[in-house]
Amino acid sequence: MDYVKLINCMRCGMCLPACPTYKETFLETASPRGRVALVRKVQEGELDQSEQLLEYLSLCLDCQACASACPCGVNAGELVAEFTCERKESRGLGFMEDLILRKLVPHPDRLETSMVPMRIYQKTGLQNLVRKLGILKMFPKQLERMEGLLPDLPDKPLRQEIQVITPAVGQERGTVGFFLGCVMSLIFSDASRATIKLLSSLGYKVITPKSQVCCGAPNMLGGDMAGLKEAAQTNIDIFASYDVDFIVTDCGGCGAELKKYGHHLDGYKSAEIFSGKVRDISQVLALHADQLRAKLKPLPLKVTYHDPCHIAHCQGIRKEPRDLLKLVPALEYRELEAADACCGSAGTYNIERPEMSDLILKRKLDTIQATGAKILVTSNPGCLLQLKKGLADHLPDVKIMHLTEILDLSMNGQS
Amino acid sequence: MQPSFIKELQNIVGEQYTLTDRESLAVYGYDSTPEIESLPGAVLLPGTAGEVVQIMRLCHGAGVTVTPRGSGTNLSGGSLSGGGVVVQTSRLNRLLEIDEENLTATMEPGLITSALHREVESRGLFYPPDPGSMNISTMGGNVAENSGGLRGLKYGVTADYVMGLEAVLADGQLLRSGGKVVKDVAGYSLNPLLVSSEGTLGFFTGITVKLIPKPQGKITMLAHFPVLQDAALAVSAIIAAKVIPATLEFLDKVTIKCVEDYAHVGLPLDVDAVLLIEVDGHPVVIAEEAAAVAEICKKHRCSFFQTAKDADEALKLAAARRTALSALARLKPTTILEDATVPRSCIAAMLKVIQDSARKHNVTIGTFGHAGDGNLHPTCLTDERDTDEIKRAHAAFEEIFDAAISMGGTITGEHGVGLAKKKYLPKLVGESGIRVMRGIKNAFDPKGILNPGKIF
Ligand SMILES: Cc1cc2nc3c(=O)[nH]c(=O)nc-3n(C[C@H](O)[C@H](O)[C@H](O)COP(=O)(O)OP(=O)(O)OC[C@H]3O[C@@H](n4cnc5c(N)ncnc54)[C@H](O)[C@@H]3O)c2cc1C
Ligand code: SF4
Ligand code: SF4
Repeated sequence: MDYVKLINCMRCGMCLPACPTYKETFLETASPRGRVALVRKVQEGELDQSEQLLEYLSLCLDCQACASACPCGVNAGELVAEFTCERKESRGLGFMEDLILRKLVPHPDRLETSMVPMRIYQKTGLQNLVRKLGILKMFPKQLERMEGLLPDLPDKPLRQEIQVITPAVGQERGTVGFFLGCVMSLIFSDASRATIKLLSSLGYKVITPKSQVCCGAPNMLGGDMAGLKEAAQTNIDIFASYDVDFIVTDCGGCGAELKKYGHHLDGYKSAEIFSGKVRDISQVLALHADQLRAKLKPLPLKVTYHDPCHIAHCQGIRKEPRDLLKLVPALEYRELEAADACCGSAGTYNIERPEMSDLILKRKLDTIQATGAKILVTSNPGCLLQLKKGLADHLPDVKIMHLTEILDLSMNGQS
Repeated sequence: MQPSFIKELQNIVGEQYTLTDRESLAVYGYDSTPEIESLPGAVLLPGTAGEVVQIMRLCHGAGVTVTPRGSGTNLSGGSLSGGGVVVQTSRLNRLLEIDEENLTATMEPGLITSALHREVESRGLFYPPDPGSMNISTMGGNVAENSGGLRGLKYGVTADYVMGLEAVLADGQLLRSGGKVVKDVAGYSLNPLLVSSEGTLGFFTGITVKLIPKPQGKITMLAHFPVLQDAALAVSAIIAAKVIPATLEFLDKVTIKCVEDYAHVGLPLDVDAVLLIEVDGHPVVIAEEAAAVAEICKKHRCSFFQTAKDADEALKLAAARRTALSALARLKPTTILEDATVPRSCIAAMLKVIQDSARKHNVTIGTFGHAGDGNLHPTCLTDERDTDEIKRAHAAFEEIFDAAISMGGTITGEHGVGLAKKKYLPKLVGESGIRVMRGIKNAFDPKGILNPGKIF
């Protein structure tokens, strides 16, 4: 860990009002400034890596709202994540971590097979029965939460269905590689299908290599830097074998990670080239706003947009998604208050820190309700999972959609 | 701290709000002041004024010191405890009343400054003090430091708005001073004493401030100056021309670059200084004032004069200016900033002193500040690990302070003395000044329980 990055924090506190956990607790230990100080003091030998210290750090969502707010370029969330990763790495991977991060996540086919029981569970009606009988109450809380978050699964993951090459509609303007996020493919395949359709209808040939693997973000969380680098290498090689203008993703989390390959594999030219080509889908669509506008049909809906942390804070993209929504004729756009505040999903945070996650989710739901919008748009699978569940429980008449789903809907002219 | 004493503290505020773990103590051992830290013995988060009274009574009896803390953003070490109890006001953050008939607002001390702004402005009212830290600073901290802000030139500082205070004294007794009346000559005026007392005289539990009607309009302007001195002369000329802008802020080249790097608001990177100027009030009047300001800037060789095209752009410019101090820290890990203030007419001379001292001691100083108030923030960009450079930085500041005093100025305009500027205070106020201040402290707190070791 780079010590200078820690002492760069000048403790001005400008990040405090942006931090979701500080807003809930007003505790310095739950603030970006406090977290940087804790890590720094460990580094300086003033504090040990006590249970208490790790507990404080684990309350951080790594949402990086603090990085957007920090005028002097400190990224408290990333520093905490790096610290946690290094600590886990130095202890070596545990049995479960090895199983999940090494034996499952890097192999899309195994990952998909592991979801088969879930699919059977839902399709046979077993899910309804289990929920009715309250059987899950007998298991650890985390399992019950995890089960509750899972929406209806598509029949098949998109990766198995999609062709490698989707030709451009009409005049071909270029070629893009499509990076298929694990969760997007497994759970939100309709959205990714819409993404590919939009790209091809705007004249892009879309290449979706089937051998691509998970972006590696889960490895970072689990303290497996080696696994992350391996994943990066695999994906870089795969996409390098096609001649693509951009590497597009509709998953905010993947986009943020892919853009960091150049940093992870420092000094490796192909990694830099790869990261330089990565675009969030909104960035590519926004390049062709006029052409897109001509294809869109009216959708008389009240719509608001939630900025995923991985898109707004990690990639600095805020304008494009809003501009795209405003292209849709008859759509009434309502800005969400604190739109770029975390929804409390944050990877597995909502399962590991349920109380804090629920408080943060509640704030988000309150602001959504205040807009009066009937459709909430966002573009990251973690947010989609968290908010879908939150809306279903508390605001059932508000529906959630991925950005490309609503654009696709408008292109199809249905509402 | 004795476990039995901690137990008694817990009995008052509850276990959940009594922090004694090493990690919590460590992070309440700093505020925004560079170079100083001091571990507290315990941190308390009371939920009512009554709990503050009980804490004070208990600590007074036991001879344990108490340091009030808002958000810990002060720049003089004022919220560092030296081993005693730190009491954070974050849970005492209710806005109690907006009285539209008397034009006052009453609140608890932990209310965030900008939250007050939002509430009163939604009713067409205005609370002008707006320190750079307003999105996180508390009203209690603002009162205790007598904070200024970007609108100080026309509207004054926190002291000009405090009408009433409720303070818990060191022994737990309640003191009420002032209130909603606009005139009050009953006995000594205690409000001005309590304002800027830096937590040493009383623990504020209630604050009543004056509100004014919200100005109907404002025009925000930015003037680019290729030569630093021209910007300074323009400041004095604007004031001499009897135009009083709400805001008249100065940023030098180093600061401009850092702020632009962060905020991307289109500041010019090729000039020596910019002035951010805002006039507010009746639309007809401000149009005339804006024209006069433009005229003066042009006369002082500004190379470009820009008027914000809408409210959004104006807000962005002001918000960018508020990040100046933190943005300067992009260049070097440690920023030591000063707060010397001189009569407005001396701004140009003061800027020259700052430049000369920086050169002489071979340190990088970025300067920004409330030029219209004569209040500059020369900020030395350094690295705490480079002891030699730190020494040179302090030598440069010593010279800058001496110059400020000799121009009839002061060592701190708004950040307070706290721990950081203690050693300079006698130079400014002399022996008699210190003696009277000590006498006042003794009258309020003979046992020295409240925020010990600060100011003198
Ligand atoms: C980036 C940045 C920009 C800034 N800009 C400005 C500016 O433009 N103008 C300006 O004037 N200052 C500015 N400051 C300084 C600082 O923000 C102010 O001094 C502010 O008022 C401190 O508020 P706080 O809530 O953080 O108080 P703290 O730092 O927690 O406390 C400050 C002092 O007040 C005392 N105190 C706090 N609450 C109470 C209470 N309830 N009763 C009695 N005493 C109490 C404390 O003991 C301490 O002595 C800036 C600071 C930063 C970091
Ligand atoms: S992380 Fe940045 S904004 Fe937060 S206290 Fe440190 S320097 Fe200030
Ligand atoms: S990453 Fe999010 S939760 Fe963590 S310190 Fe930053 S703002 Fe707070």
